Amino acid sequence: MLVIDDLSKTYADGTRALEAIGLSVKQGEIVALIGGSGCGKTTLLRLIAGLDQASRGFVQVDGETIAEPHPSVGVVFQEPRLLPWLNVADNVGFGLSGLGRSERRARVTHALERIGLAEHGGRWPRELSGGQQQRVAIARAFVAQPRVLLLDEPFSALDAFTRKGLHDQLLDLWAESKPTIVIVTHDVGEAVTLADRVVVMRPRPGRLDETVAIGLARPRDPVAATYEEAVRRVLAALDHSLRPAAANRPPAPETRASWW
Amino acid sequence: MGGVPLLRRGGRAGLGLLLPLLLAIGWEIAVATGLASGRLLPPPSRIGATLWELAASGDLWMHVEATLIRVGLGFLFGAAAGILAGALVATIPVLRWLVDPSLQALRAVPSLAWVPLFILWFGILETPKVLLIAVGVFFPVYVGVSGAIASVDRKLVEVGRIFRLSRPALARRILLPAVLPATLVGLRTGLGLGFLFVVAAELMGASEGLGYLLVDGQQFSKPDQIVAAIIAFALVGKLADMALVTLTLPLTRWQDTARDSL
Repeated sequence: MLVIDDLSKTYADGTRALEAIGLSVKQGEIVALIGGSGCGKTTLLRLIAGLDQASRGFVQVDGETIAEPHPSVGVVFQEPRLLPWLNVADNVGFGLSGLGRSERRARVTHALERIGLAEHGGRWPRELSGGQQQRVAIARAFVAQPRVLLLDEPFSALDAFTRKGLHDQLLDLWAESKPTIVIVTHDVGEAVTLADRVVVMRPRPGRLDETVAIGLARPRDPVAATYEEAVRRVLAALDHSLRPAAANRPPAPETRASWW
Repeated sequence: MGGVPLLRRGGRAGLGLLLPLLLAIGWEIAVATGLASGRLLPPPSRIGATLWELAASGDLWMHVEATLIRVGLGFLFGAAAGILAGALVATIPVLRWLVDPSLQALRAVPSLAWVPLFILWFGILETPKVLLIAVGVFFPVYVGVSGAIASVDRKLVEVGRIFRLSRPALARRILLPAVLPATLVGLRTGLGLGFLFVVAAELMGASEGLGYLLVDGQQFSKPDQIVAAIIAFALVGKLADMALVTLTLPLTRWQDTARDSL
């Protein structure tokens, strides 16, 4: 169980990045955070990961407060961030130095098979395509068997075909150990494909707006009427979040255009 | 894909040898036919004979050994100091503000300017020679290491934080491999400068060493010995550089793969 309560982040210069975020995510649930740039999605993810400190409020995983990186919380960044001097297998096993050699090798081999890179364990990261590198990064996070996995726009740099394949592999890996997943995205289709719940964020300061429950069985069929309907509901929620609240400035037209 | 450019590269290297070879042969003929006396610039055959004589009598090896020991010691001290200073300055901001400007100022001093001072302080034996070489090696290593540490990708450091590496583990598993390539480039430049400076060091007074062969050749008007010493310098320097590259190649193999596949 991931619990976020009254979480706020104000930078030293007074910029309010996040304001009173409250969110509970059941174990094994997949939540997508969606919204335009500047609404604090990445900031929120970094606070959950323990990479940055909150100004107020807290994050708890299974009752334990997160103040710094925690073994229960894994992260996949927007860029693969593989270590170029380690081969693919050693990159996948990077976080497993506490384990015995045979256990480590078993987990790495298994993960490489699951992401379809079993033959590539001995290659250097630079020899892989962007999509393959991001798969290695996902495997690196999964082999540590986190309770909560955070993904920060992990597929945004990839083309649509590659992205579709990676969605399937992510869900495959997720089905094995059922970690809680929080994924930041600005792709409505991606959110509806992956998530049980889509949470829309609003900018300046970053807040949670509407939540859209998806409630579709997996695997999801992107041409099914129910899928289309879910996409429409998320779009409606996004559109709504762009409308100025009473005390807010009207949104700039260019933020509106940059979304889909 | 590799064959054709390789062949072309080999062909180019051969083409590059053509001009010096032609000049050497031309000079040999000119001296042999009496067109030139070859007194100031001896023909290749005489230089070769001198080199052979020096090698056969064992003198050459003694001089090479003396020079190599000086460069080796100077390189060792200079590189160690450069790595240490670079690492400290790059990781401790106060130290950077305090020390780096002075070091950069010293770096701008032409190193030969130190020679009189070093002779005054340390005499003319081995100490000032090794020290001068160490000074030459120090700066490229210092600049390489401090620059490399300062430009380590913060995003990779964050990966280390996510996996909760301790500070020593972070240094060993992320910082060290990240700064290794630039450090090796610094070491290589430093070694080259070491050979540059050993000449200066041996010119300031030595009874052995390749630099001594140069001075001796000048004083006793033996141009063949001077050219032989120059050739020996070139060979020894090139071999030392190749040795350094070969020894450190396994450490940067992850980088070189791209170059290999070109």
